[in-house]
Amino acid sequence: MNLQGPGMAEPVISVRDLVVEFVTRRGVLRAIDGVSFEIAKGEVLGVVGESGAGKSVTGAAIIGLIEPPGRIAGGEIRLEGARIDNLPAEAMRRIRGRRIGMIFQDPLTSLNPLYRVGDQLVETILTHTGLSPRAARARAIDLLAEVGIPAPERRIDGYPHEFSGGMRQRVVIALALCAEPDFIIADEPTTALDVSVQAQIIALIRRLCRERGTAVMLVTHDMGVIAETADRVAVMYAGRIAEIGPVRDVVKHPLHPYAKGLMGAIPTLASEAEELVQIPGAMPRLDRIPPGCAFNPRCALAIARCRTERPEPIAPHPAIARREHVEPGHRVACHLAEAPQ
Amino acid sequence: MSPPVPDAAADQGPAFVEVKALHRVFDVSRPWLNRVLEGQPRALLTAVDGVSFSIRKGETFALVGESGSGKSTVARMAVGLLAPSAGEVTIDGVSMQAAADGAARQKLRRRIQMIFQDPYASLNPRWRVERIIAEPIRAFGLLRGAAVAARVGELLTLVGLHPDDGQKFPHEFSGGQRQRVAIARALASNAEFIVCDEPTSALDVSVQAQILNLMRQLQREFGLTYLFISHNLAVVRHMADRIGVMYLGRIVEISPGRQLFAAPRHPYTRMLLDAVPDLDMSGRGRIPVSGEIPNPIDPPSGCTFHPRCPLADDRCRREAPAMRGGVACHAVEEGRAA
Repeated sequence: MNLQGPGMAEPVISVRDLVVEFVTRRGVLRAIDGVSFEIAKGEVLGVVGESGAGKSVTGAAIIGLIEPPGRIAGGEIRLEGARIDNLPAEAMRRIRGRRIGMIFQDPLTSLNPLYRVGDQLVETILTHTGLSPRAARARAIDLLAEVGIPAPERRIDGYPHEFSGGMRQRVVIALALCAEPDFIIADEPTTALDVSVQAQIIALIRRLCRERGTAVMLVTHDMGVIAETADRVAVMYAGRIAEIGPVRDVVKHPLHPYAKGLMGAIPTLASEAEELVQIPGAMPRLDRIPPGCAFNPRCALAIARCRTERPEPIAPHPAIARREHVEPGHRVACHLAEAPQ
Repeated sequence: MSPPVPDAAADQGPAFVEVKALHRVFDVSRPWLNRVLEGQPRALLTAVDGVSFSIRKGETFALVGESGSGKSTVARMAVGLLAPSAGEVTIDGVSMQAAADGAARQKLRRRIQMIFQDPYASLNPRWRVERIIAEPIRAFGLLRGAAVAARVGELLTLVGLHPDDGQKFPHEFSGGQRQRVAIARALASNAEFIVCDEPTSALDVSVQAQILNLMRQLQREFGLTYLFISHNLAVVRHMADRIGVMYLGRIVEISPGRQLFAAPRHPYTRMLLDAVPDLDMSGRGRIPVSGEIPNPIDPPSGCTFHPRCPLADDRCRREAPAMRGGVACHAVEEGRAA
């Protein structure tokens, strides 16, 4: 199964048939069930889905932050060709922060409130590079300037509470960039921010990605942010990828019934619709995922096969691809895409 | 360029809800002893600064703005949860501030309800849903005995739940279902005016669509009047007949929904619309957004938007613009805004 986007060399990160399970009293819950994707140098892959779809767990699995009772129960994760899912904790700790950077939703909790912003940056730089403390401080100032913090030589000695929400998120991005990682996981980086600030942060992530060639996995529930930022997008549902492809293509011509419903459910500035598309029901709980296609109980088009056989992500049948103007690299996990109806 | 917009709905039929020159000041001073020891003055934060609008019966009026713009404070004053420092809210001609005595206030209260953002915090976790929904019915003495249970069942059905769900506790429901319970409770007293403060912000998009559709359907059915507060411009566009855009405690532009999005006039509205990431990916030219909302304790002089405004001149720095023709902006008034 090749989920590679068009025109890519060696992917920076490659995830194959990833399975993440949580052992609970009620039994073993499968939060991620056979997820595969790749991200190339300089590419932004958006991962979108509703709460509980497994977006954040996928990110946590890649950086080795799945804590017991959770465990990676299958599949493999490769960073520039080398497996990282089975590394000992100490080796993984060195990769985290150095080769994989992280940006989380709430900038206030990812910064230590008791340390000056500069100290946190300098410590991170010293940990991951061989720079002298003086050079590390100069580099920290450069980084703050690069992420758009005004007067960085003065602001570097400020505490996190002295920064506004948007400025704090810029500091967190600067922290993620300290060791010039190949790959950044941004988990809901703009969710806690106002729209005007969100637009600034999106532009910043895009620019850094372009200039530094960093691969980014952007996890968010906001389809608008994905549409503006990502090159490709994966739509997740109940721990599986329902659809993956070039962002424009997936947004404009979704194939999976869930993705179609999701796009229709989002009110937009341009739509004239009186009623929003309504998907009946809600995403199943992890202990009640139905057999076959996980979406089948909510799907208006479900056939008998959907209730028994699980669909794998495939390129849609050529006739469907033509009809729906689907571009290459667009894959959908739906039986109905196998042949024109 | 665009046709003049009326200040309010006053000339398009009688207003059902009228908000007149509402002010609210919060005292955010340090404790007395600290102030004395450190020689600091009192610190006052003007959260709402002269907000006026009116809503006709059956209409949805929305307030949008970023955090700290004062929209939730207006909402709390509109339902009477917070007393204004100055100004007045009247519902169907009755002033909420004047109706200080019990009976008149009780009468008014029955007609107003509120739906909050977080359905995990707004429902009593120790009460069964049946009791939560029946509370307004009992409090206002609308029904007695078995009729109450029948009415609760009816309300649950109305919002898309099952009458048997009344026996459950809030924790047994998902976020969307809880918001349905909150809506059922709001309808229980036969309220006519419902203030919705970010009713879908905590919900996933597919659930948000269910709740928004339900709210519109109930509005059509019962002729409800909504004051809808949200930071999400797309949601507001979908729901509102008219929209007020707030910035630092003031309404900077007020206009019919469609028009606001087709031809935004205030520079802040334009910036806000430009900042919204959109699914259409139309590649429209964007004004890069600059700056952030200033600290409301120490707001800029004159027009509070001037430090971020590309059109600001000396007059904007000196003099606060008045609301004229639906927009409060010197540049628009002088024809400097293209």
